[in-house]
Amino acid sequence: MAKQIIFTITLLVSLGFFLYTTKRIISFFWLTKPAFPVKDFWKRFNVMLNVAFGQTKILRFPVIGLFHATVFWGFCVILFGSAEMIIDGLSGSEKVLKGLGIVYNIIVGSGDIFGFLVAISIIIFLSRRLFFHIKRFEGIEMKPISHQDANIALLLILLLMISLNGMNSVYYQYQTLNNLPLFGVYPISQFIAALFSGLSNEVLMILYQVFWWTHILMIFLFANILPYSKHFHVFMSIPNVFLSRLEPLGKLPNMDHVMKEVQLMLDPNAASLTPVTTVPVERFGIKDIEDVSWKNYLDSLACTECGRCTSVCPANITGKRLSPRKIVMDVRARMKEKGPGLVRSGKEFNDNKSLIRDYIQEEELWACTTCNACAKECPININHPVIIVDMRRYLVMEEGSAPAALKAMLSYIENNGAPWQYSPDDRLLWAKDIEMNVN
Amino acid sequence: METRQLDIPVMADLFARNERPEYLFWVGCAGAFDNRYVKVARAFVKVLSWLGVSYAVLGKEESCTGDPARRAGNEMLFHMQAFRNIEVFKQYGIKKILTICPHCFNILKNEYPDLGGNYEVINYLQFLDKFILEGKLKVDHSILENIRITYHDPCYLGRGNNIYREPRDILKSLTGSFVEMERNKSFALCCGAGGAQMFKEAEKGDKEVFIERTEEALRTEARIIASACPFCMAMLTDGLKYKDKQDDVKNYDIVELIAQSLNL
Repeated sequence: MAKQIIFTITLLVSLGFFLYTTKRIISFFWLTKPAFPVKDFWKRFNVMLNVAFGQTKILRFPVIGLFHATVFWGFCVILFGSAEMIIDGLSGSEKVLKGLGIVYNIIVGSGDIFGFLVAISIIIFLSRRLFFHIKRFEGIEMKPISHQDANIALLLILLLMISLNGMNSVYYQYQTLNNLPLFGVYPISQFIAALFSGLSNEVLMILYQVFWWTHILMIFLFANILPYSKHFHVFMSIPNVFLSRLEPLGKLPNMDHVMKEVQLMLDPNAASLTPVTTVPVERFGIKDIEDVSWKNYLDSLACTECGRCTSVCPANITGKRLSPRKIVMDVRARMKEKGPGLVRSGKEFNDNKSLIRDYIQEEELWACTTCNACAKECPININHPVIIVDMRRYLVMEEGSAPAALKAMLSYIENNGAPWQYSPDDRLLWAKDIEMNVN
Repeated sequence: METRQLDIPVMADLFARNERPEYLFWVGCAGAFDNRYVKVARAFVKVLSWLGVSYAVLGKEESCTGDPARRAGNEMLFHMQAFRNIEVFKQYGIKKILTICPHCFNILKNEYPDLGGNYEVINYLQFLDKFILEGKLKVDHSILENIRITYHDPCYLGRGNNIYREPRDILKSLTGSFVEMERNKSFALCCGAGGAQMFKEAEKGDKEVFIERTEEALRTEARIIASACPFCMAMLTDGLKYKDKQDDVKNYDIVELIAQSLNL
């Protein structure tokens, strides 16, 4: 009974804190701008099955991708066991789902195998981060805290898996020692159980409780640390994939209000057709965090800083300052900095800083070739070029700021309808004197 | 060998004679003005005419799609260009557009519909691949048979619009010695010119993107680097000059190779 009470209190405290975090994040989402209407449910569902559950994009790096996929699929399976533990904890029952028979065996058995495989994968991840110099994990945006963040999350997962297999092994040892019926199958832990042979029933009981509590408390702790770390991606990546931009990567979003303005300007008929009731636009493009769309912000929360984007960026590869990962991380950091003030004091809040220049330099934005290598590589469908172009839109349309050569190009288009200084009258010169063999 | 002069049909002239071509061939600014890429436009019309395709160009009525303006952040200028072009398309009742430049292709196909401009936009590689599949475009395989050819994926065909198969199938029908670069298809490295980079100097770094890519192409030991985009062509041509390889390795557009293989 005491266990039930303590468990219920712990659960409520964790849920309460989690609720607080969720409310805080939702309040930040209210500050963002619209991106696109969420339609095409089935298409989205399919993308989610492929990219999130099928791990298709992370498997573009096949070897390390497979280890990640193992961790992901492991989490999905182990979740069932965690649900059972919560019911047990609340009701005081023991393995409440055991009545499911063969299904139970499958769930527990695969959880047991995955617990072991996930632990192995995490050890590989940790050693890569601690003992090998992996270029992808470095970069100007990667501060010591970013590395710490990664290592702490990995350690927590490792502890989760050790306590899971520990719990299973002790259970197996206890039941077999006392000739009690065994619920579930334990393909891996039955061998680990040998470690606990020779221990008395009392010690086994205590060990079991230690593992059980460690595991469940780690879950609660993990769930509450995640939203404050890059590993928030554990929660956010599946929704982020579901809410992917479904357009071809080559397509940029349209600025409807600019389109309407141009139509009104150039087409005398349009003025009579379209009522001029459009809400005045506060700002063209993105200058600061209140200009980003909900999708930009969601991307930034879901990003786990894996650096696949930056590792394939042609600008970054050739030593330019642009790093697509940095852009995404800057969005998140800026919201963390300015979001609370905006929530508190409204739109008027001003801390004399902005996303552009205080976080992201023009030099970074102008280095992008919009080649979409970053967006193609991102395992959770973050779209970097869209936000980069939105920041260029701010620079050009609000400040008239762009590299001199681009300004020249823009004026050629304006004056002679081509990005170079050629007369429209010369548009057919290329077609002169084409001799063709007759065969 | 007998030759004939090719007259390029212009939309306004055809309309004056009450003729309606099936396709608009959108030449693009590079096709009209870039010294090197003009040859690609010329090769393409030769192939079109060899195939007997009914087409016309807009000539002086064509104007930039607005792609470099949009990607440089000038949404206003993009909309002005697009509005103007859509009016011209309307005037001639354009339904099908053939493009050679992937940037024009992408913006006409994916972005003009947001402005009410809906057309069947076809990239020349998809168009020609269909003729090859149907057996209507039979090339003289012996001309490039033993020449090692590699292919550089333009971002706006590849990642931008998932066109990977057609260029490869075409090249494999021209040569028996097609070779991939290390980074190819969706993994391909950009030439460095997209997103309006073509029109400016690169930001400070330790290398030019086009050199990185040219070096990768040279590692394949191909004699021809095939490309399918005017900007990629400019970058690769520069890259070959930079590496002093312009005499040993050539950069051709895929349609130039087709025209060569057809002996046009």
